[in-house]
Amino acid sequence: MRIEGKGLIERGTPVSFTFDGARYQGYEGDTLASALLANGVRMVGRSFKYHRPRGVMTAGSEEPNALVTIGLGAAQEPNLRATTVEVREGLWARSQNRWPTLGYDLLALNDLAAPFLGAGFYYKTFMWPRRFWERVYEPIIRRAAGLGALSGAPDEDRYERAFAHCDLLVIGAGPTGLMAALGAAKAGADVILADEDTTPGGRLLAETIEVDGVAGAIWAKEMVAELAAMPNVRVMTRTAITGAYDQGTYAALETRPYAMARRPGATVGTFWRLVARRTVLAAGALERPIAFANNDRPGVMMAGAVRAYVNRWGVAPGGSVVVFGNNDSAHRTAADLLEAGVHVAALVDSRHYATCDLDLPFYPGAEVCGTQGRRALESVTIRSARGEVRIRADCLAVSGGWNPSMHLACHMTARPVWNADLLAFLPPDGAVPGMVAAGAAAGEFSTRACLAAGLRAGQEVARDLGFKTGDLAVPMAEDAPYDIFPLWQVPGRGRAWLDFQNDVTVKDVEQAALENFRSVEHMKRYTTQGMAPDQGKNSNVAALAVLADATGRGIPETGTTTFRPPYVPVPIAAMGAGASGKGFAPERHTTSHAETEQRGAPMIEAGLWYRPSYFSRPGETHWRQSCDREVNMVRHAVGVCDVSTLGKIDIQGPDAGAFLDFVYTSMMSTLAVGRVRYGLMLREDGHVMDDGTSARLAENHYLITTTTAAAGQVMRHLEFVHQALRPDLDVRLASVTETWAQFAVAGPKSRALLNGLLDAPVDDARFPYMACGTVHIGGISARLFRISFSGEHAYEIAVPARYGAALFTELVSRAEAMEGGAYGMEALNVLRIEKGFITHAEIHGRTTAFDIGMQRMISAKKDCIGKAAAARPGLVDEAREQLVALKPVGAVKEILAGAHLFNAGDPATRDHDQGYVTSACYSPTLGHVIGLGFLKAGRARMGERVRMVDHLRGSDTLCEVIEPVQFDPDGGRLRG
Amino acid sequence: MVDLKSQTPCAGRVPLRVGPLSLTEDTPEHMTAIAPYIGQDQALSDALKSAHGMAAPGTGRMTGKSGARALWFGQRMILLIGPEPEAGLAEFAALSDQSDGWAVLRLEGAGARDVLARLTPLDLRPAQFRRGHTARSDCAHMAASITRLGDEAYQIMVFRSMAATLVHEVKIAMGRVVAQK
Amino acid sequence: MRLTCPVCGERDRREFTYSGAAVALERPGAEAMPEAWDDYLHNRDNPAGVTRDLWYHEQGCAAWIVVTRNTITHEVLGATLASEAARAGGGR
Repeated sequence: MRIEGKGLIERGTPVSFTFDGARYQGYEGDTLASALLANGVRMVGRSFKYHRPRGVMTAGSEEPNALVTIGLGAAQEPNLRATTVEVREGLWARSQNRWPTLGYDLLALNDLAAPFLGAGFYYKTFMWPRRFWERVYEPIIRRAAGLGALSGAPDEDRYERAFAHCDLLVIGAGPTGLMAALGAAKAGADVILADEDTTPGGRLLAETIEVDGVAGAIWAKEMVAELAAMPNVRVMTRTAITGAYDQGTYAALETRPYAMARRPGATVGTFWRLVARRTVLAAGALERPIAFANNDRPGVMMAGAVRAYVNRWGVAPGGSVVVFGNNDSAHRTAADLLEAGVHVAALVDSRHYATCDLDLPFYPGAEVCGTQGRRALESVTIRSARGEVRIRADCLAVSGGWNPSMHLACHMTARPVWNADLLAFLPPDGAVPGMVAAGAAAGEFSTRACLAAGLRAGQEVARDLGFKTGDLAVPMAEDAPYDIFPLWQVPGRGRAWLDFQNDVTVKDVEQAALENFRSVEHMKRYTTQGMAPDQGKNSNVAALAVLADATGRGIPETGTTTFRPPYVPVPIAAMGAGASGKGFAPERHTTSHAETEQRGAPMIEAGLWYRPSYFSRPGETHWRQSCDREVNMVRHAVGVCDVSTLGKIDIQGPDAGAFLDFVYTSMMSTLAVGRVRYGLMLREDGHVMDDGTSARLAENHYLITTTTAAAGQVMRHLEFVHQALRPDLDVRLASVTETWAQFAVAGPKSRALLNGLLDAPVDDARFPYMACGTVHIGGISARLFRISFSGEHAYEIAVPARYGAALFTELVSRAEAMEGGAYGMEALNVLRIEKGFITHAEIHGRTTAFDIGMQRMISAKKDCIGKAAAARPGLVDEAREQLVALKPVGAVKEILAGAHLFNAGDPATRDHDQGYVTSACYSPTLGHVIGLGFLKAGRARMGERVRMVDHLRGSDTLCEVIEPVQFDPDGGRLRG
Repeated sequence: MVDLKSQTPCAGRVPLRVGPLSLTEDTPEHMTAIAPYIGQDQALSDALKSAHGMAAPGTGRMTGKSGARALWFGQRMILLIGPEPEAGLAEFAALSDQSDGWAVLRLEGAGARDVLARLTPLDLRPAQFRRGHTARSDCAHMAASITRLGDEAYQIMVFRSMAATLVHEVKIAMGRVVAQK
Repeated sequence: MRLTCPVCGERDRREFTYSGAAVALERPGAEAMPEAWDDYLHNRDNPAGVTRDLWYHEQGCAAWIVVTRNTITHEVLGATLASEAARAGGGR
């Protein structure tokens, strides 16, 4: 029911929403929970295990019971807490964990079977027969358990990620947080003030407390306005700090108001990475329940939440309320209810010494020992020295004391510290570097103490960071002491709940202790206590107390489990925000990309690069037709291929030659200017890292190339060798990969093609094999390299990238006029396999120069990276797997990369393994399938027959071992 | 004679406008990576000053003015943007032509900082990252150079091949910042 | 996690590439015994406490740095340029 004249909701803006098919009205400013309570809806869900009816219990993100699903279809979001869902026009929500309806739920039968379903039930019951687990038990349990479900369809709701930095992060915008932010901001510090609520103010919104003579909510509003007006303050509402990480990094989930999230281009939320030099944890405290029989009925709520519903939302959670507690919070609730005109049927205080001057039935030294009601609370049993009485009530407000919200302080492994006076765990000092807890989060519970602690913390941080702080007064407010007497559970018949969300009762914890799960960590896992989405926020302390009691220890000796991120549930979609599509991996396009796509070439990814697979022509229906044509084109006419993706690194300086001698196996310092040399780079462990060419452009200027895949790795390696091993060498490295668009022009007509294009023609005398130099195209300076990866007479021509697109188009159209054309990766691969040229299929990280037959490239005249290790006996053993080529000689004509090799007579089992295939293709030049691979002692086995077996693809081919270089072994074509 | 047409890295993708935000391309005629040899830092700075009018920038700084700037570009590396480097500089430093290697974008308008904050982990607070400050950092998983040119104006550079991805990512972030204001 | 690059200052971990123990700075000479190479290439301590390792500021200034940090507390105790550590006598 609404209470006239109370609350901070917008009574002028009514909104209608739907819950479980029924339409209700609420107001802007309502949460789904407050609006449902205002409409008298008390049962809002079913519990996880026993499917017990449950109602709203709290007024915050810690809510264990009122979990709902919002929306429909792909964007449906399950397990949202009704206490944090903002009501809006058209909101569509439904309850969870019930079938077919909330009122009539078949699995409520579980509740009748409860005597058998206690702690350890699953572990003990579903043991045998073993094969039943996967087929029978697990599917049934999975269907019975669990809460809301995702739709299974891709979610169109988008999250984004963002970064922010500050001097001080204040977590929580209650009285403590507001003053901390003010204290630091006035001194000049950059402050981020974050609060998970829609409105800053914390408990001030939920209480009738005055600050500096005005209502707390108004004081908070004015304070927020003052802070928000300061350029060095960023107030972030709807922003939950979800985790504390190393070096002042915090994760935060900001959710967006519905209307804003629906704007074109907007997101539903932002997952922030906040970086703070200091942090004030002002997260407040959470009220805890008391365990008594049937304490989980709809209508049983936290006393502080009842105040919040009355004062903030103008809602009476019941028509007749019993208030029960072991501290003054209960009295405050009773007083607020009376003031709001709500009938209070009894105030039950377990403290025998308590007094009360409110006009209501007062039961000092008494306890609530049970509740009754079918689907919701109908009456409450009170036990006192005078015996038991039953009182009619539809709402029971409970306070078992307050737990400081120290969770974030424990995210870096520290354990909370027990305080015997407050009967609560407090955040440990210095547990998160740079973080201090203040206010209720540090166990200071009066408003005045919180205001003072916040100001002190904010100013101390500012001074610590070198800012000057001025005089700021602590606002006046109530300063009542906190008085609490231990009460964790009330003995009685019937189950008493601890963890409402996971259905853990006092009996379960006692059972765990009885079965010797005495360690708090074991108890947690055996009972699932504290493992639900609320992560024990409501239940942990009481459960520990019960365990302590059951094991005859004190609470500090019993200890506690710790807290891990996230503080509140975070959608995986938020954590992965920005990491799909191009955000997952940037795309690198060559300058010929548009032209290549226009020609219909399918693209394949090479690292981040996109390269054409093949260029299909009319009439070609299979990639192999295109590939074979492109190979023939290069062998007989001329082909053009974009090779800009290969890494290009400028190596300059007086010591450039010496540096290259140290990173390549061969001598590069002796290379003549205007010449190119093939080079092999080893890792220090003696295995091949990469191969490529070095061109000496000038005395102190080399240009080296890397493979596409290893460009980044090689740059990193060269920087390491230079900076960490040879800082004495005066050499400078710069990647120029992107500066130049480079195209291979390969085939017998390559020179003719180029000469039609170059301002001055080249000839073999000036440009022999492995020459390089500057040429000009239409006055533009270009670099020409006479190198070949196809085995043909070939060049690579490089122009400044701005001309790349134009040059590619020009080269291809000229090639086409000469019966040639563009070729893609498939043809490039065939051409190099025919020549026995290696790629990273062969130099895959565990092959050596010896294995690929290039051991003679390791110069004896100098040291180089990897030389010592490469000479170790194990890496030059003749029995090692060595590079060979293979061709099919039996009926099966298939060679598959990844297949393994076996001796012809051996079974194809692992212990008979003789090697493996790395590359394979059909060679139109040779007229048969050909493969490259590694075979034990392969170089000595030419002509031998081996079995190629691929168990995965079911292939078994008899092959002959042949020399790796099958096409033009003398190299006449490429030199000619 | 062949006439090869030139194309800028972001051709056809920019300029873009979303609300008060704009994304445009800068196409300096020359960009040159300048890496001083051992012990030549001061000599290089002097040579830069006499040849192009600006001293070598310190770490994270930019010198010069529009049309001829020297940008700190990494450990012991400067990027000269605008003029063709005077040949004499090669005596003190390794010069690498980067004119065509980078996409140079300019993000400008109210909220530009919020856009960048969605792409890079850099500390962009105005007092920390002032006008004329520059940094090498990560921008939407790309190695980038980010420079503050004005109050709400930034230069973002990534490898030319990634221009399309950068424009795509910045455009989305611009849309979000404007929609969520 | 954040690391302080000696060149650029404090930066997000995602700008850096991790590359193992700082032992890699102590490359044996060409005539070193195989045992020395084994230690250099393969044998690593796994300290519970202070450790020194190499990071590459790949999405930053391209400096290789030696970071001293505590594997238990995650505290980052300092960072120096690998080039300076190398000039000063390697990883020690």
